[in-house]
Amino acid sequence: MAEKLKIATTSLGGCFGCHMSFLDIDERIVDLVDIFQFDRSPLTDIKHCSEYVDVGLIEGGVCNSENVHTLREFRKSCKVLVAVGACAINGGLPAMRNFVPLEECLAESYLTGEGIVNPQIPSDVELPLLLDKVHPIHELVKVDYFLPGCPPSGNAFWRFLTDLAAGQTPTLPYGLVHYD
Amino acid sequence: MSKNTLTIDGKPVQFKEGETIMEAATRAGIYIPHLCHDPELEPQGNCKMCEVKVNGRNCSACTFPAAEGQKVLNNTKELNENRRIIVQMLFVEGNHLCPGCEKSGNCKLQAIAYSVGMMDYRFPLIYPKREMDSSHPDILLDRNRCIFCEMCVRAGREVDGKDVFAISGRGIGNHLIVNSPSGLLKDSQLEVTDKAANVCPVGAIIIKRHGFEIPIGQRIYDNKQIGEVSVATEKVLEEKIHG
Repeated sequence: MAEKLKIATTSLGGCFGCHMSFLDIDERIVDLVDIFQFDRSPLTDIKHCSEYVDVGLIEGGVCNSENVHTLREFRKSCKVLVAVGACAINGGLPAMRNFVPLEECLAESYLTGEGIVNPQIPSDVELPLLLDKVHPIHELVKVDYFLPGCPPSGNAFWRFLTDLAAGQTPTLPYGLVHYD
Repeated sequence: MSKNTLTIDGKPVQFKEGETIMEAATRAGIYIPHLCHDPELEPQGNCKMCEVKVNGRNCSACTFPAAEGQKVLNNTKELNENRRIIVQMLFVEGNHLCPGCEKSGNCKLQAIAYSVGMMDYRFPLIYPKREMDSSHPDILLDRNRCIFCEMCVRAGREVDGKDVFAISGRGIGNHLIVNSPSGLLKDSQLEVTDKAANVCPVGAIIIKRHGFEIPIGQRIYDNKQIGEVSVATEKVLEEKIHG
């Protein structure tokens, strides 16, 4: 049998909904692991990408300095990088803060908002710094494929990955492409 | 071929004197993508989605007069790619967050994007800051989703006789304004039954409290392509209005 393809996944500024939807392929995951070996992913808890990964799935937009770092690691390791879901493609709901200056966002959340006790803006060295705006990932790195949806359905993931594994350009039929 | 015939993608189409290419196509059951055309309104050529090639030149089908022997190209790879780029530009210059929009599934912008295979945004997103007006008891105006098709502007003027909406500003500063002393929708003459309140192809003008009556998954374009839906509804309307 040919060597398995390596797949890595991560969530940047996302809600992990795309990962949950990915798991909606249900028992087909058994067939999937015949084709793919999971590399860095919240599903394996492997913290860094191998030197060479075939497919990288990115959920979420770029909100903070750690997201930038992670995205660049994926781009460096992954032969094919896929923007998965609305947030990776257009910033999604986290990008709704783009209309409000960052200072005001932080003030509302940590200083002046309702029910805040001991108001202070978190500034631990362990915490990544927020970017002033949320960006879709194609604004930072080259993206090879886009899989829209909020989230893309399990069937969309399945079709996309099996097409890719078969060496075909992934094509989704009408009902599998949704922006919502 | 008989008189008053043109061809669209090689197929002969009859037209009546004074008709546009869009009207002739609609009557013949041929779908030319469009966002700012409605058989009931004067065509204006705003959205450029109906761009076709007429004898080798690109024109807007909704405003271009039909003429004897025209060779019109419509459903071609090149034109559909142009349309996809136009849709991508519309997406990046507004704030079109489909997951949070009650129009999703019934939205013509989204439906055309699906039908021309838009998977990405191509361009950097602008995230413009736009005002929302929720002052009217029954109608919401969310300028984030406005694509400046002027359907509401024309419907208000031509059908409702009220002149409620207009476009102000230029280029990227374009914005929809409301004709009322306060500039707010609640002080305008707009009513729920007006065509202007119901004609928006996107989710910029929506009737309140009806957004989720039909669940996601069962909406107009969830399972049917816009071409199919449009041909079925607008052919009837076109024949009713222009005979």
